[in-house]
Amino acid sequence: MMGHVLSIVTFLPALGAVGVALLPRGRAALVRWCGFLVAAATFAVSLLLYVGFDARDPGYQFVEQARWMPSFGISYHLGIDGISLLLVLLTTFLSAVALLSSWRAIEGRVKEFAVSMLFLETGMLGVFVSLDLFLFYVFWEAMLIPMYLVIGVWGGPARIYAAIKFILYTLAGSVLMLVAILVLYFQHGGATGNYTFDLPVLARYVVPRGVEVWLFLAFALAFAIKVPMFPFHTWLPDAHVEAPTAGSVLLAGVLLKMGTYGFLRFCLPLFPAASLAFAPWIFALALVGIIYGAWVSMVQPDLKKLVAYSSVSHLGFVVLGLFTLTPQGLVGGIIQMVNHGLSTGALFLLVGVLYERRHTRLIADFGGLWKVVPAFSVLFLIVSLSSLGLPGLNGFVGEFLILVGAFAWASQAAAGPSAYLVPVLASSGIIFAAIYMLWMYQRVCFGEIAHDANRGLRDLTPREWAVLLPVLLFIFWIGVYPRPFTGMTEASAQALIAQVRSKAAAAAAAHPRVSRADGEAIAGVGGR
Amino acid sequence: MSNIVWLIPLFPLLGTLLNALFGRWIDRKAHWVAVPALGCSFLLSCAVFLKVWQGETFTGDLFPWIQAGSFRTSVTALVDPLSAVMLLVVTGVGFLIHVYSVGYMHGDPGYARFFTYLNFFVFSMVMLVLAGNFLVLYVFWEAVGLCSYLLIGFWYTRRSAADAGKKAFIVNRVGDFGFGLGVMYLWVALGTLDYGEVFARIGALSPTTATVIALLLFMGACGKSAQLPLHTWLPDAMEGPTPVSALIHAATMVTAGVYMVARSHALFERSGVALDVVAWVGGITALFAATIALAQTDIKRVLAYSTISQLGYMFAGVGVGAYAAAIFHLVTHAFFKALLFLGAGSVIHAQAGEQDLRKMGGLAPRMMATTVTFLVGAAGLAGLPPFAGFFSKDEILASSYHRGPLALWALLLIGAFLTAVYVFRVVFLAFFGAPRMPKEVAQHVHESPLVMTVPLGVLALLTAVAGAVGIPSAHGMAFARFVSPVFPLPEGVDHGGLSAYALLVLSVVAATAGVLLAWLVYRGRPVRAEAIGRPRNRLHALVLNKYYVDELYDAVFVRPTLRAAGFCARTLDLGVVDGAVNGVGRLVVGWARSMRALQTGYVMNYAMATLAGAVAIVGFLLWR
Repeated sequence: MMGHVLSIVTFLPALGAVGVALLPRGRAALVRWCGFLVAAATFAVSLLLYVGFDARDPGYQFVEQARWMPSFGISYHLGIDGISLLLVLLTTFLSAVALLSSWRAIEGRVKEFAVSMLFLETGMLGVFVSLDLFLFYVFWEAMLIPMYLVIGVWGGPARIYAAIKFILYTLAGSVLMLVAILVLYFQHGGATGNYTFDLPVLARYVVPRGVEVWLFLAFALAFAIKVPMFPFHTWLPDAHVEAPTAGSVLLAGVLLKMGTYGFLRFCLPLFPAASLAFAPWIFALALVGIIYGAWVSMVQPDLKKLVAYSSVSHLGFVVLGLFTLTPQGLVGGIIQMVNHGLSTGALFLLVGVLYERRHTRLIADFGGLWKVVPAFSVLFLIVSLSSLGLPGLNGFVGEFLILVGAFAWASQAAAGPSAYLVPVLASSGIIFAAIYMLWMYQRVCFGEIAHDANRGLRDLTPREWAVLLPVLLFIFWIGVYPRPFTGMTEASAQALIAQVRSKAAAAAAAHPRVSRADGEAIAGVGGR
Repeated sequence: MSNIVWLIPLFPLLGTLLNALFGRWIDRKAHWVAVPALGCSFLLSCAVFLKVWQGETFTGDLFPWIQAGSFRTSVTALVDPLSAVMLLVVTGVGFLIHVYSVGYMHGDPGYARFFTYLNFFVFSMVMLVLAGNFLVLYVFWEAVGLCSYLLIGFWYTRRSAADAGKKAFIVNRVGDFGFGLGVMYLWVALGTLDYGEVFARIGALSPTTATVIALLLFMGACGKSAQLPLHTWLPDAMEGPTPVSALIHAATMVTAGVYMVARSHALFERSGVALDVVAWVGGITALFAATIALAQTDIKRVLAYSTISQLGYMFAGVGVGAYAAAIFHLVTHAFFKALLFLGAGSVIHAQAGEQDLRKMGGLAPRMMATTVTFLVGAAGLAGLPPFAGFFSKDEILASSYHRGPLALWALLLIGAFLTAVYVFRVVFLAFFGAPRMPKEVAQHVHESPLVMTVPLGVLALLTAVAGAVGIPSAHGMAFARFVSPVFPLPEGVDHGGLSAYALLVLSVVAATAGVLLAWLVYRGRPVRAEAIGRPRNRLHALVLNKYYVDELYDAVFVRPTLRAAGFCARTLDLGVVDGAVNGVGRLVVGWARSMRALQTGYVMNYAMATLAGAVAIVGFLLWR
């Protein structure tokens, strides 16, 4: 069984979805329990991955490879390394949490909802475990459909607009990526005679410089939309506001990570020279995202929109960390992906708790909640603090490592002292994060009770505790003792950096006309 | 031994957890958890102090923390004379204030919550002091900031309290922005954050790099210790319960900046320029805040500005290299300022929450214990001999005279005079003269319970005797000798100029003159309530309004940021960025709609189009 544990984890939710679909229609409670248990079982099985994972081995583990369409060089190739392991666990964990959280929020078409969510989980897991570009693309697109349904069917008043915007925007990006995948396939096949979609094989191939730039841009656009990076982010607030709580949790918690994961898994190793050449532009967009996202968050009247824009800011940090190509930036970026999933997921869950009681998400409709719902308020405070990066909670570990990575990058950058602007501007994001989070928190929980409708609010129910406590556990755990998490990613992160650097150097050697600045950028990439 | 060290923070942490998880049931008995927890910490701190006294220092390593690549940090502790002194102050004063709180917070609906926060603060502060590297320092630096935020906003239903808490956190974040960058730069420059390693390798830093790092770190200190230009949060922090003002916003947390600069003095010395900046910021703040304290009408705000001013003295001391004197002043200030705050709390408690000096007066006969102890505290703050503040402040003044520019010494001397004026203004306005409060309040004025007055007594005693360890002798003062492993004793060079004796006389004269002036103004003639706190001239209005710094920041930072945010959110994001996206969508739809006209369904039209196409292709081929 251990040989196929990755397949089991990936397809267990889909299998469960089929089972749930066969349940009788009227039994909503049964459907809810079964949906949750399938997701919980998937999480339990996925823990085997953590237990069996060898942190010292930077390569792919739990690898499964089977012939699928050999004539096209397509195979069923799965595997995880330190980069994807935590994301797989995050996905299985948040899926279970999301399903449990939706028991009261979703009242119509309960069965269809559970089925969609479980198919969504398989799609997301598939993206993280695929080592074949074709297979990856299939999962990447397949996952859109259940998410489209979750927003479009169970969403708020403007759900259709939001769902269509979400799917069209993402599709527009991924179509270009598909073209790029095919070009890469033929390019590699033409050059080596081996026509394959296999990622580890393709990653060894040095793409000719002229082609590489375009391929990088096509991939980067698809990922930038998914992250979303400024200025491709406007689908996110709409999708979040309209999606049901469980949808928002997975959207923010996992789907956005596919963009950052894509940069890490595909852009950097496949097109290292172009990645390095474009890094300044990526930094610029990430910095704009960090500050712009925070500013826009500050004045949002709607809780979900505020959290959505804060995601733009947080993900800016992640992208920044990844492109520093330093161990600190990479490990920090990966940890921050997990952290953002936990903190933002928890924020959406808590906003959902309020929405279920008051059917509004406007900050102005609350105030003085600490007096009525103290337990809720305490959890809300902890999660808000984790989101603004308070040391001792998870967010700090990632943010700090990313900034250290940015600093290390700046100290060796070819651009000279002006490179220090990158960590300095990024750090200013932590000031703005404190402003928008604490201001929001004050208006929701402090003060006198401003609206009579809030007087009789019920504090957290046992089920809500069960949803939130596990998330909180990880928020504290990663903040206080991050070793079990960072330790898993380090070897793979280091290996990736080495691979990118050696490949970029090879590309530079193969193209002697590379400008001096590029050469310096390549040589100067973080040796720390 | 290093195991015992970890127990010091462990007890308050356990107290925090117990009251946080079971506070609902412990409720009125929360102090039975919190106070003994601190008592244990204090006793352990004494044990550790004795060990250090015997010349031991130790380091402890708890567990590896953030690690990636060559960035390797652990949770480590360093116990040397400096941290041992700080431990005693934090747990000792902390313990007294915990006891006092039992009386002060009696009957508050958030009783258990209060002790949860208070215990958590002591835990964080102990960890801050124990920290063996810059990252752990930074972590607990922010953690005490969190406690400050929670405790300032303790009465959260009050808008002003919640605002003040938020302001404290955000202003501190501005400072920590610099502090964090400094820590990162330090690592990039030296490859380590461990105190011992950093200071051992400090010579590898170029003076320029050292200056940049030191100034970034000092930015954090300005935030935490409320120095110009980041001082604005501390007066507002008086919204918190008075024991909090005493413990966090006077005795311990706000001194963290001084502690940090003293701890990293090797770095600041490597820079040189940074030390001068520290000295000047301290000196200017000392005088600046003292002038504001002259005019305030809220008893706690006077004390708050006084704290800012006294912290300025400490920074001035550190800045001229008188580390031992600065830390000594930190200790004595912890005693007399905690005493003054707790005394003010006793006064506020007696008058059902009244903090306005205009509505006090004549309290002395009804509150003898509070009056006497407050007088001791005032004498300590004013620097009258033989109280503790006299020795420590004089040491700073003397050092600034010998080692700093003359102008700095002059600033501090004028500040010392003003200090005596404002604190005795409070003494005379609150405790003497005719009562100015409403009759029904006046009838209920009473001395506070023993649980509050005993801590006052202990602190008064400490204020009276602690100066002894600072008496200069042939071997230097005892305190300086104790911390000499951390701060090497300055060589006994005669700098010329005024003798130590003349300086001593000068500072006593300044303090006494200040007391006399206050007596003349507030006791020499009857005080009219409406005359206090009303601007008499432009200068008075300027001081009364705290030099309009809050208004300035509001106009320069707060409102423009909000405007920019509003512009980004509404115009830029919805209009331009999202407008472009929707515009593309509309373009496609519009184009498709116009194309739809071609799909007429008539075979004739299609055939015509096909024919036209064929003609065009043939024509093109022929023409080519």
